[in-house]
Amino acid sequence: MAKVIVVTSGKGGVGKTTTSASFSSGLALRGNRTVVIDFDVGLRNLDLIMGCERRVVFDIVNVIHGEAALSRALIKDKHCDNLFVLPASQTRDKEALTLDGVQRIIDELKESFDYIVCDSPAGIEHGAYSAMYFADEALVVTNPEVSSVRDSDRILGILAAKSRRAVEGREPVKEHLLVTRYNPTRVAAGEMLSVDDIQEILRIPLLGVIPESEAVLQASNAGTPAIHLEKSDVAEAYKDVVARFMGEDVPMRFVTAEKVGLFKRLFGGR
Amino acid sequence: MPTESPAFKIRNASFPLFVLHVQTAQMETFTQQMRAHVAQAPEFFAGAPVALALDGDALPDFADLAAFMREIGLPLVGLVGGSPAQRDAARAAGLGLLPEKPARARAARAQPADGEQTTPAVEPAASPDQAEAAIGDDARTPAAQPVAEVGETPAAVGLGPRGALVIDKPVRAGQRIHAEGCDLVVLAIVNAGAELIADGDIHVYAPLRGRALAGARGNTAARIYAQAMEAELVAIAGYYLVFEQGVPQEARGKPAQVYLDGERVSLSPLRPLR
Ligand SMILES: Nc1ncnc2c1ncn2[C@@H]1O[C@H](COP(=O)(O)OP(=O)(O)OP(=O)(O)O)[C@@H](O)[C@H]1O
Ligand SMILES: [Mg+2]
Repeated sequence: MAKVIVVTSGKGGVGKTTTSASFSSGLALRGNRTVVIDFDVGLRNLDLIMGCERRVVFDIVNVIHGEAALSRALIKDKHCDNLFVLPASQTRDKEALTLDGVQRIIDELKESFDYIVCDSPAGIEHGAYSAMYFADEALVVTNPEVSSVRDSDRILGILAAKSRRAVEGREPVKEHLLVTRYNPTRVAAGEMLSVDDIQEILRIPLLGVIPESEAVLQASNAGTPAIHLEKSDVAEAYKDVVARFMGEDVPMRFVTAEKVGLFKRLFGGR
Repeated sequence: MPTESPAFKIRNASFPLFVLHVQTAQMETFTQQMRAHVAQAPEFFAGAPVALALDGDALPDFADLAAFMREIGLPLVGLVGGSPAQRDAARAAGLGLLPEKPARARAARAQPADGEQTTPAVEPAASPDQAEAAIGDDARTPAAQPVAEVGETPAAVGLGPRGALVIDKPVRAGQRIHAEGCDLVVLAIVNAGAELIADGDIHVYAPLRGRALAGARGNTAARIYAQAMEAELVAIAGYYLVFEQGVPQEARGKPAQVYLDGERVSLSPLRPLR
């Protein structure tokens, strides 16, 4: 049975699109037929991060309006054979994403894919709602700061109240916490919330911790999802996340500050 | 013609009601204070039906008054007691007529010192001599049929044996739970930005970090109990306590209760009684 996973947060700029790109790539790398949908109509940038922006001809709104067949709007990823991208429209507004239209697309995708990853826009308005409505599972992306945690709490409340699973009284949406842009050194200095602090408030299972890393910016400029960056912390962390999602027991990494060894200190390394 | 199924059914129920004692003949003073008062706690009063009680033989324009009350979201449902002239005028304006004294409450609750309790449950922030408008139950609120209702939240709900509304899922920012006519028991965390409202008591067997309003229809004997008190705001029967600087040290994060001591909202750590 195909699974629909929403990547959501409430607050903007916390790393939803970065996560959607890497997570869907990671699922595909493991042989799963995967599609990632950009729900950020008006601000589309999943295609940029996936490096397929020049191949966008039709988008999700065209499909909803019957202007293009779904198969023609799907873009094959350049890194993974099993991955497709359904881009958002840059010229419409979010109201164009009717629940009816989205449902038709998701139902059709379910016939040929194992995982359908929905990259939600920020906020709790229509766009975010249509991205989460059909979800079976949710990756709740949170940064280690109070306002981000509060917004994630709101989103969890909305998932529990307004998702289709909730409305139909079925088993609730399965929730996963993903803490991103985590900087253990700043956490240790008390400048940021710790993973424990965040979990104490949100009380949902932790799927992973993605460290703050400059590699993410480089990756997005290069149009390559961060999970493909060789030997980077972020790539390793995203691979762990995918492994845990697939049910493997992988220990948490990147949670505690690395002790700076005497050698490193003497020679000014980081 | 086939026999029709009955189009309606009437059943007997009693619900708690605010009684509005109008203590001025100055309509302008009244409307101004009412507005200010409702603005302080809009969600507390939202849509609550109100009965009117008049001082002496004042004969206000009932239609006007009813229109104003509708506008501020507190629909007038009727007149309590009143002289024959007052009752005639109220009926002409479409108001219901209620007896002078409500039926005695069935619920065996520790009420504050009985007697002629005239203290309104909610005071505007004016000094007492200026307080010409006040809303409150008169400490004899009829016991309600427990009606349980959940606001904008879906959290799993059930009615316990005593008729309390029981919530066993986290109550999160932006969610509101309203236990109408009964107690509210929450078994999971109540986060900052969440709101609990109960006509009866509120029990939270987890950290309480949001807002909690007990005795929402004016029951001054209602209390709030939390296993770890970290609330943003607590209220009993409309009397508020805001914890802008956080809950005071002696109760912060500890088991604590909130109750009304006269007109003062008191917070105290829960200590086992010997
Ligand atoms: N782990 C990370 N380390 C450093 N920077 C990161 C990390 N994750 C994301 N970023 C940066 O944060 C910014 C926002 O990321 P992204 O676009 O993925 O967030 P978003 O939640 O999708 O934003 P929006 O709400 O606008 O859709 C980008 O500049 C991105 O490069
Ligand atoms: Mg985004």
